Amino acid sequence: MNQDQITNILVCGIGGQGVMTATEILAEAAIAEGHDVKKTEVAGMAQRGGVVTSHLRFGRKVLSPQIAPGTVQVLLGFEGAEALRWSHYLRSDGLALVNNARLVPPVVDLGLFDYPDDPPGQMRAAGHRVVSFDAMSIANQLGEVRLGNTVMLGAIADYLPFAPDILLACIVKRFARKGDQVVDANRRAFAAGREAVARQLGANEPAPA
Amino acid sequence: MAAVMPAPAASRLLLSGNEAVARGVWESGARVAAAYPGTPATEIIESLARYPDLHTEWSVNEKVSMEVALGASMTGARAFCAMKHVGLNVASDCLMTMTITGAYGGLVIAVADDVGMSSSQNEQDSRFWGRFAHIPVLEPADSQEAYEMTQYAFALSEQHQTPVLLRLTTRICHVKGLVSVGEREAHEPAGFVKNPERWVMVPAFAKMRIPGLFQRDETLRAVSEASPLNVIEPGSDRRVGFVASGPAYMHVKEAFPDAPVLKLGFSYPWPPEKVRALAAMCDLMVVVEETELLLETEIKAAGIACHGKDVLPRIGELSPQVLGPAVDRLLGKAAVAPEAAATPMKVFPRPPTLCASCPHMGIYYTLSQLKNIIVTGDIGCYTLGAGHPWNALDSTICMGATMGVALGIDKGRGEADRNKRILAVIGDSTFMHMGMQGLLNITYNKGNITVLLLDNNTTGMTGGQATPASGRDIHGQEAPRIDLAKVVEALGVANEHIKIVDPYELPTLFKTIREEVKHEGPSVIIARRPCVLTDGFKPFRPYLVDTDKCTGCSNCLEVGCPAIHVTRREKVIKNSGKEVELAFVNIDNQACTGCGLCVQPCAPDAIQHVARHDIPIHIVKT
Repeated sequence: MNQDQITNILVCGIGGQGVMTATEILAEAAIAEGHDVKKTEVAGMAQRGGVVTSHLRFGRKVLSPQIAPGTVQVLLGFEGAEALRWSHYLRSDGLALVNNARLVPPVVDLGLFDYPDDPPGQMRAAGHRVVSFDAMSIANQLGEVRLGNTVMLGAIADYLPFAPDILLACIVKRFARKGDQVVDANRRAFAAGREAVARQLGANEPAPA
Repeated sequence: MAAVMPAPAASRLLLSGNEAVARGVWESGARVAAAYPGTPATEIIESLARYPDLHTEWSVNEKVSMEVALGASMTGARAFCAMKHVGLNVASDCLMTMTITGAYGGLVIAVADDVGMSSSQNEQDSRFWGRFAHIPVLEPADSQEAYEMTQYAFALSEQHQTPVLLRLTTRICHVKGLVSVGEREAHEPAGFVKNPERWVMVPAFAKMRIPGLFQRDETLRAVSEASPLNVIEPGSDRRVGFVASGPAYMHVKEAFPDAPVLKLGFSYPWPPEKVRALAAMCDLMVVVEETELLLETEIKAAGIACHGKDVLPRIGELSPQVLGPAVDRLLGKAAVAPEAAATPMKVFPRPPTLCASCPHMGIYYTLSQLKNIIVTGDIGCYTLGAGHPWNALDSTICMGATMGVALGIDKGRGEADRNKRILAVIGDSTFMHMGMQGLLNITYNKGNITVLLLDNNTTGMTGGQATPASGRDIHGQEAPRIDLAKVVEALGVANEHIKIVDPYELPTLFKTIREEVKHEGPSVIIARRPCVLTDGFKPFRPYLVDTDKCTGCSNCLEVGCPAIHVTRREKVIKNSGKEVELAFVNIDNQACTGCGLCVQPCAPDAIQHVARHDIPIHIVKT
């Protein structure tokens, strides 16, 4: 099996942020494109504010569901420190798309551990290509904090080995029964996510995947 | 979770291993499926509950779920039960005799090992049960196989009149992959036939049937030897060959695509001739198994040389990254240092927390303020009380153990512990699972224990499943609702020592605990508030911190709420000359749901309600 035929996407964040749902939608898009897909996470206690990672692998035929460190093409981080935690999964030409959220756990507030000052900066210093943006304030500007996850999906849309519209169609399908207004809001959020990344990275940057 | 129209046959669906097993059970025409929730197996029955034409239930524990499945099988119905690895310990009493009666209608047990221990108190290898109980073990390697092997398991069970163990691991249960599905097959039960020599396991009858177990082992070994589930993939690089089952097979294929592999889907009884054939075609043979060195030991005992746990880890999950270097070492190759970039960054740990407004916080805050106590714990979200900031639990063993352990401490203690008060914490679902007997044992044996029964009206840790005390069944339909206070009284606790308190009301809770621990005898304090992740919870008005009033005392941080954050720290020298660190806080009012627990210890009265017009429209539950 030639590893290059497989796309490895790592989505990370904390319990309750929607990491698993976002990855599910990415998986649906990959299936729509005819790929074999495996998606894995350890969910047990994740609902309780713990670390959540979702591994998505797709290609002609996927064997092991787990992504190896150093082989991720795109890391989609829902939270700064979590993106930093998993940044060693990126391959050398990989791309990290990081939501600037700073979610501080009780162990940090209790003074037992420190929260890193600048997670994206630390990732860049380690040689990673990082785009960071504030998905939640983008969502808030669109009038609905819950659009944050669609902003995140918009952010990754141009860095997948298939057209952004495939992913958008899967999002639209999810929200179709909630009515046109919700669908339109998600379309705007998707576009805003794409733009937030393109503005920093340059629209002509080739997709790493 | 009302039944819905299942996806039609020939659909290709993205299913988790759990969902794939459920589909397989449904298509096999099963009439009964039972389970107690347990990670990573919970979603099997949750998924099955959405299919029509079969009885699904949350049983009160795994042993009962297995007995229900057995009863159904006795009528000739196809029956199924699912559990996590430790659940099979509970059910094992049934299993060890059920294997003697055998199955009539197809009887399949799915057991899910939490390899890597994401949400369990131990890591055990359920393949042992196949040997111990003399039943066949099937091990799927992905969702498609989980679906297919489930169906095969029913057929195998009926053909050989044996229960079949479908062994899953977290990396099967919680991995989604594409599955091509089919139709439900009709399966009308043949009917119960009175046959005491088969179903009444008194010694005389059991003795007659036991030789049949050994006979069945031999028959199944021949089935396994011929099974297409056990297949040699010859490969082209014959230096190392692998014997692998379950997810380990995928890791082997990923790491060594050209190596010969014996893939064991029918892993017990395993096929000796196929193992010999593999050994003959490669220079070295490595057994890749999660987690114990089980096959390896048996293969060696059969006189076939192999490697395994001499180079591979005995605990935790395997992966291609673990296999690669281990086999390189075996081949005498120098280990390749990982790329600098692939070294993890140092980041604080982020253990799971109790949710904002979780009623358990009130309990653990209170316990953390009490001195001279020993607190035995149990299994559930409330096990998190062992962590920061409360550090309030002194033991956690297994479902229901809080009761027995507490009584043992009471009866065993000497002078060193004479003045300590003993408290036993248990959740409502765990109490009904395995705690009631322990409480009966405390009352019967005159224990001096105060039980804290944390009644959040659900099985919280596994995602909020219904219980006999929630008044709902697995489908969300109304069900008889048992009264926990009456159960406690019936188990022998004096009525005046059964107290029902609101865990949000700290002064009352504190006073009640103080009073009941003084009572020489058993008492039960039922702390009642719905889990915040269930529909029973209604958010209140959130709070904020008046920063002008906050003195940085950090009392509120001891509550342990994830919605309270430190904004600033300051070191000051007190009049006594002692240096203290002040921590000024705010409250994330997107996360706060207004339980008011933090308000109570706040000395300067700095925590106040958010003004009504500032309440965020969407309160996000954390």
